[in-house]
Amino acid sequence: MKSSDNLLVKMEKAGVFINNKWLVKDVSLEIEKGKIITLIGPNGSGKTTTAKMALGLYKNISGKVEKFTKKIAYVPQKISIDWTLPLRVFDFMNLTSDLQDQEINEALEITGAKHLLNNDLKSLSGGEFQRVLMARALAKKPDLLVLDEPVQGVDFTGEIELYELIKKISETLKCGILLISHNLHVVMSKTDHVVCLNGHVCCSGTPISVANNKKYQELFGEDVSKILSIYEHKHDHKHGVDGSVEEN
Amino acid sequence: MFDDFFIRALFVGIGMALVTGPLGCFVVWRRLSFFGDTLAHSALLGITIAYTMEINIALSVFIISSLVALMLLKLEKTTNLPTDALLGLLAHSSLAVGLVVIGLIATIRFDLMGLLFGDILAVNVNDIIIVWFGGALILLVLKLIYKPLFASTVNYELAEAEGMKPEKVKVIFTLLLAAIIAISIKMVGLLLITGMLILPAAIARNISSNPKGMVIYSVIAGLMSVLIGLFSSLEINTPSGPSIITAGLILFVLSLIKIKRSSQLKS
Repeated sequence: MKSSDNLLVKMEKAGVFINNKWLVKDVSLEIEKGKIITLIGPNGSGKTTTAKMALGLYKNISGKVEKFTKKIAYVPQKISIDWTLPLRVFDFMNLTSDLQDQEINEALEITGAKHLLNNDLKSLSGGEFQRVLMARALAKKPDLLVLDEPVQGVDFTGEIELYELIKKISETLKCGILLISHNLHVVMSKTDHVVCLNGHVCCSGTPISVANNKKYQELFGEDVSKILSIYEHKHDHKHGVDGSVEEN
Repeated sequence: MFDDFFIRALFVGIGMALVTGPLGCFVVWRRLSFFGDTLAHSALLGITIAYTMEINIALSVFIISSLVALMLLKLEKTTNLPTDALLGLLAHSSLAVGLVVIGLIATIRFDLMGLLFGDILAVNVNDIIIVWFGGALILLVLKLIYKPLFASTVNYELAEAEGMKPEKVKVIFTLLLAAIIAISIKMVGLLLITGMLILPAAIARNISSNPKGMVIYSVIAGLMSVLIGLFSSLEINTPSGPSIITAGLILFVLSLIKIKRSSQLKS
């Protein structure tokens, strides 16, 4: 069975019930090598909770989560670091692994943060820190990469670059990526499978089928039309003056 | 060569500083200063038990401190009380129980001052062996768990997500703290042991820019405190344990100059 070889995480009806409240429930999804799965949904819909379940960060969950890899890299949404620690970017890059200097440099170079190598971590801006977080995850060469809002605080052009990078990572490392994002239209065009959450799985499937789904449209309202137009209008060809199609 | 009490004191002090330096960094990083204090307070009970049952002090203190530490980890999970309240609860009640037990066993009269402040000048060859062997063991275990412990100190979830087992290393680290208190309680006493853990690390924090550097500076600061403290106590006839801590305090004040300089450079 080819597909099961590629399976990294399998969630079946997984949910978290804390303080008499379901954070999210009945989530079933599979993360496979080389595929990008995107979680979308409004605030508080359980995106981060689902990602943390996939990572095994919750002790008591309902349903089942199986992990088939140990090579995991995680870019959390929020990271609070205690500044009683003197920590340079270099030390942070090596936090959970023993990397060669060259690997660290390459990863930082790719995310455009190479010049920060010896900087104190607390002196970084939000965008710079996000690039370092991405570089750290990338340098680990993981099988499974979990990215929770990885472009926060990064400026617009940087954001596009980072999404391009995520696509590239999935192609070169052949790793499975679980991506959480707000930026619906960029995400939609780069992803293999979309799971739309709202406390439970509201709908899921290929980006286009989700975008056309009634439930999804109700959830996101008018944003949908914008996404659809952007998504469906992918220019992979130009039109000649007479309307004929010319290849790029 | 261990005939002279001062030489013995030096050996024990140096052995201690080599261990409290790295451990102290983690105590400061993980904000466990008060936790160390709690373990030290519970050590009194351990000492009392050692006297009544005539067993080794270090062993008895280690067992009692470990129990208190594990009790704390358990209470943290099962109650809604904040950690500092639990620490206070355990510190004062274990100290009180220790004193009550001393009162009950009227046959034993021991020097309470010595217990509170230790007496590094009274150590024997046996103590040296305990400090050096115990210390070496503590450092070895610390080295083995350094990576996961450090990663989970920086960010717990990140470490756990990436397979570093933060819960397990937390328990091991807690036992290491109980162990260092157990082997050094006789020398510096239960009121000063946390000082030996925190002062060198605090001095090191002021003058270092990366974690490994801080560990090294912390060891150096600890060694300097011991040497300056012991020699000055010999020269001017002051109590040695407190002299070591005072020497550390003076070094700390000096290390502030470096902070002032580097912040001036930045602005």
